[in-house]
Order: sequence, then structure tokens, then C-alpha cells
Amino acid sequence: MDLLRIVLLASLIICAISVSLSRNLLTSVVIYMAFSLAMAILWLLLESPDLAITEAAVGAGVTSILFFVTLRKIHSIQTEEEGEDNEQTESEL
Amino acid sequence: MSRPNPNYKGSAWDKFTRWAKGTYDPADGRLESTPPEKGPSPGERAEQLLREYDQSRFEEGVAKEVGAFQIVSRIFFVLMALFMVTVLLYTVSFLPAFGDPNSPVNNEVSQRYIEQGLEETGAVNIVAGMILDYRAFDTFGESCVLFVALCCVTILLRADKKEDIRLSAREELEDLSYEPQEDNVLQQAAKLLVPLIIIFGAYVVLNGHISPGGGFSGGAIIGTGLILYLTAFGVRRTRRFMNERVIKTLTVCALTFYCFAKSYSFYTGANHLESIITTGTPGAILSAGLIVYLNICVGIVVACTMYSFYTLFRRGAI
Repeated sequence: MDLLRIVLLASLIICAISVSLSRNLLTSVVIYMAFSLAMAILWLLLESPDLAITEAAVGAGVTSILFFVTLRKIHSIQTEEEGEDNEQTESEL
Repeated sequence: MSRPNPNYKGSAWDKFTRWAKGTYDPADGRLESTPPEKGPSPGERAEQLLREYDQSRFEEGVAKEVGAFQIVSRIFFVLMALFMVTVLLYTVSFLPAFGDPNSPVNNEVSQRYIEQGLEETGAVNIVAGMILDYRAFDTFGESCVLFVALCCVTILLRADKKEDIRLSAREELEDLSYEPQEDNVLQQAAKLLVPLIIIFGAYVVLNGHISPGGGFSGGAIIGTGLILYLTAFGVRRTRRFMNERVIKTLTVCALTFYCFAKSYSFYTGANHLESIITTGTPGAILSAGLIVYLNICVGIVVACTMYSFYTLFRRGAI
């Protein structure tokens, strides 16, 4: 159990550093989700399941979704379909 | 069949047809189509040279300054980060050790919660008893903070109603381009998952006083389920049961009920023992006095907030 705890704490530090070093915003959000997941397991190990559920639902779930939506809105996520979609809407108008 | 004329190329007819096609201009090479470029006078030339020289000198200087600034700022940032890390680590070393029985956190307050919490609040989950009974006013404030945050996001992100129909139609089209059109995989998965997620969220909310969970986490789970439904089936189907009026009514009713219930509880003695709703048998669903109802209120507020955050972020309207 101690080993698991050490691994999780180390992964927290690694995630925190790599979020600030990664250049791609999408990667940062995914690393942030991983951070929240490790944090949720740590809360569980610290015997506070209430916090673990909230961390998993809010930290890894809702916040990341909001980040994704925002990145999509500011065209930070480039997909293959996006170009076609834009062309379609322009030609329809 | 007529033989091709060997003198055709360069003949008048050939020139005429080429002129008709537009590939030949009889005036070409004879007329001056563009005036020759006037070279700058010697004085202007000298000024230009001087200006270019100044520019290059200036750019060199700027590059030098910017480079120096970048190096200095990097060193400064690293030093700043090291300083902050040292200060924080130094402070942490003064904190009581993890699980220390003599740490100042283990005082009579937490002791009372642990020893008499179940008896006084009727909640098996001590955390729920704490946040929704002993410290219910804190939780009320938190719910209000969520409501205020929702109002602020609405003010900031809400798209104005356009008077021009073309503009609003254009926005509608842009919104539609963000939606997955009839994604079969997503829809089937959502059909399977959404009921399970929402039922699990309701379970977490309703069981908040018995098992870990409660209004905040359960509400967030329900909100996530609604977001999945919205992404799979589009706005038109979701708007039938989650539109702006429904969300407003639900949130305001939940907050008002919370406010009145807690005010009543404080009015009747503030130690939560004299209210008409008894604590019941610990472990039953309808036990723990007001906690169940307050959990439901908090869950409604959180679920509505999460869902409307998503819709407002995505299309600027609920």
C-alpha cells in the first residue's frame, strides 16, 4: 500500500511539472485529467471517499469537458472534419 | 481535303485568328505600354540608404536588448520558482506529521462530531452530518456561490439576440457544425449509459447521509449524464425538458427551500433537535432529519449549474 501511495504521489508531481512544460493545450488538459484521477485514488487511500467521488466527477469529468469545449471554441483542437465543416457552412450561406 | 498551306504561319489570316483568340497583339513591342520606372534621384537614394542603415542598426540593438531581456527573465523566473519552492517546503516542515494524534486538528470539535454526530444528526455518514447539519450555513453559501457563478457565466457568455435574421441563422449554423450529426455509435452508447449515470447520480444524492457521496458529487454525476445526452442527441431534444425556464425554476426553488428549511431549523433552537422532522432510525433512507432534502436541493443546484455551464460554454444559450 505504501508503494502505491509513493507511486501516486510521484505521478502527481510528474503530472504537475509536465502540464506546465507541454506546448499543446489538449495534452495539458489530458494530463490534468490524469492528475485528477491519481488525486481521487489518493483521497480514497486517505479514507475520504466523499472527496474521491467529487474529485473524480468534477476534476476529471466536468472541468475537463468544459476545457475541451473551450479549446474547440477557440479552434485550438484541429480535427480532420473541422475544415470540411467550415467549408460546408460557408458554401451553405 | 485541303492541303495545309506551308506559308500559313505568319500570314495575315493567322495573325487575325491569333488576335481574335487574344494571344497576339499587333501593337506589342511597338507601343510603350508602361512608362519606364523613374529611378530615385541621388539625394533620395542617399536618404534611403541612410534610413536602411539606421533600421538595421536599430534592429540589431533591439535584438540584443530582447535577447538580454529573455536571458535575464529566464534566470529571474527560475530563481523565483526556486524561492517559492523553498518557502513552501520550509512551511510544510512545520506542519504536524501525517496522522499525528497530538496535532491541533484533533481537538474537542472533531471529537464531538465523531462521538455524538450520529446521535444528534442521525446521519451514518459523518461528513454529511457535518456539512449539512452542523455547518449547513457554509453549504448554503457554497450553493449560492455556484448560483452566482452561473449568473456570471450567463452574463458573460450569453449570445445576444440578433435583430438581423441572417446573423442569427449564421450563428445557428455555426453551432450545428459543432454537433455530431446522428453519430450512431455515440447515440447507442448514450442510450445505454445515460440512464445508468443518472440513476447512479440520484443514488449518490439520496444515499448521501448513509454512504459516501451527497449533493455535490451526485449533482455533478447527474450533470455529466445530461451533458452526454446533449452531445449525443443534440440541443432540440434536450431543450424539451431542460430549457432556461426549467433550470431557473429548479435552481431558485431549491435554493429558496434550502434557505427556509435551514432558517426554520435555526429559528426553532439552532441545535437541530427541536425541528418537526425527526432524525429517524439511522441507516434508513428517510432518516437524518433535513439532510436528505437539503442533499436533494444541493444536487439539483449542482446538476443544473454543470449542465448550463456546458451549454453556455458551447453555444452561448441554455
